[in-house]
Amino acid sequence: MSEFISANLPYLLAGISVGGQYALIAIGYTMVYGILRLINFAHGDVFMVAGLVMVTAAASLPIGVAIVLVIVATIILGVVIERVAYKPLRSAPRMSVMISAIGVSYLLQNCALYFTGGLPQIYPTIPFLSNSVTIGGATTKMVTVVTPILTLILIFALVTLIQKTKIGMAMRAVSKDFETSELMGIKINKVISMTFVIGCFLAAVGSMLYFTNYPSVIPTSGAMPGLKAFVAAVFGGIGSVPGAVIGAFIIGICENIIKGLGLTVFSDAFTFVLLIVILLVKPTGIFGEKATDKV
Amino acid sequence: MSEPILSIQNLQVNYGGIEAVKGISFDVPEGEIVTLIGANGAGKSSTLRSISGLVKPRSGKILFKGEDITGKNPTEIVSKGITLVPEGRKIFADLTVKENLRIGAYLRKDDISEDLEWVYSLFPRLKEREWQAGGTLSGGEQQMLAVGRALMSRPKVMMMDEPSLGLAPLIVRDIFSIIKEVNKQGVTILLIEQNANMALKTAHMGYVMETGRITMSGPGQELLVNEDVRKAYLGG
Repeated sequence: MSEFISANLPYLLAGISVGGQYALIAIGYTMVYGILRLINFAHGDVFMVAGLVMVTAAASLPIGVAIVLVIVATIILGVVIERVAYKPLRSAPRMSVMISAIGVSYLLQNCALYFTGGLPQIYPTIPFLSNSVTIGGATTKMVTVVTPILTLILIFALVTLIQKTKIGMAMRAVSKDFETSELMGIKINKVISMTFVIGCFLAAVGSMLYFTNYPSVIPTSGAMPGLKAFVAAVFGGIGSVPGAVIGAFIIGICENIIKGLGLTVFSDAFTFVLLIVILLVKPTGIFGEKATDKV
Repeated sequence: MSEPILSIQNLQVNYGGIEAVKGISFDVPEGEIVTLIGANGAGKSSTLRSISGLVKPRSGKILFKGEDITGKNPTEIVSKGITLVPEGRKIFADLTVKENLRIGAYLRKDDISEDLEWVYSLFPRLKEREWQAGGTLSGGEQQMLAVGRALMSRPKVMMMDEPSLGLAPLIVRDIFSIIKEVNKQGVTILLIEQNANMALKTAHMGYVMETGRITMSGPGQELLVNEDVRKAYLGG
């Protein structure tokens, strides 16, 4: 039995850790969907840009400053994308906004390709996160332990913000009814920007945790985690923050268990089979509202 | 006569490609209840929506205490003291009753606890259901909540779009007595209604709207006995 645990614990730990990283990205998808009914396909690429900013910043700045810079730059990027690519289409059909999001996604990937020249950018070592730690006989990076704890703290803070504060109340109101929210004096655009600020902040934190496990960042580095986080958000019920978090942890853990079984080549396939099954069996996801309209 | 608190001058509003309001003018004197009555599609809602800033009028002027507020956004309109109780109540179903009231005071930075108490004293039912989700209330209670929510912004003018819509006659009577009570406490009211009978009985001044124009006006009691109004809106 103890052999079984020590053989499988690393996979479970890795799963929980990856799940937390997906969760931090998935919240960005689910919150933007909750307010704008938009699947922000550029979100995974914003995550990738956060990785590249870290590579550049850490090359010349102390790591603490670089971390802050990554967070600020990612937030600015997200808000600018919303202002430039989504806001002008506020009254356009939703399909137009979605196509605009896909456009932004490719734009970011291609800009990244241009600036990096297509070469993998070596991700810097973030002290402490990259340290080794041994748990139950399994040796892993500190980031594996830090991720779930940090994720849960951030989610707790986010849920408190949404449920207890005035801006959170406004976000809940705007997500249900733009016009009546306006009649209350709520500035819709401010609330939407706030959503992007939160989503990008979490993506920036997620990128530091995620890329610490990988040697380098390439222009398409955001695509796969972005897609998986998106599946997590759909699985949990898009629009629901707790749903996205639970979906992300389930996907992260399942993927790594599959890897532990020696079926690594199928771990990505699993995620997408899950997406198809969910869409067939319960399209609203675990916690999804009974939506009458789908993209 | 003193200056009206709200003055609509030659207002034209397009809605969905058609000219919904074709140049209407009317005044709302401070402290009174004014009603616009008329059939569905007469342009009543478009008028209120343009005053509240949800739609921009095509031409004309909206004056609030003499100041031109035409085309300002809803946030500015609410902060000036004009609020709209929308058609169909539009309660935030997932927010609690208390949150619905608090969100009515969204722009206020001062203490709102007294106003909460005031609204609860007007509508004791809301106090009982403080922690319930807004969506679980009955139609009449939701209308009370919509009025309470509007009052939380401490409005000088409260506009109401079809408050009696879809409510049982007894509840309608309650709602109208609340309207009178709120008015007595100093809030000017601009009411639009298809229920012409109740509206004219309650209002100091009434205007009849037909296909985007005002066709008749007069004190509520006078319109109530007017032959044409009786035939068209009061069932004989």
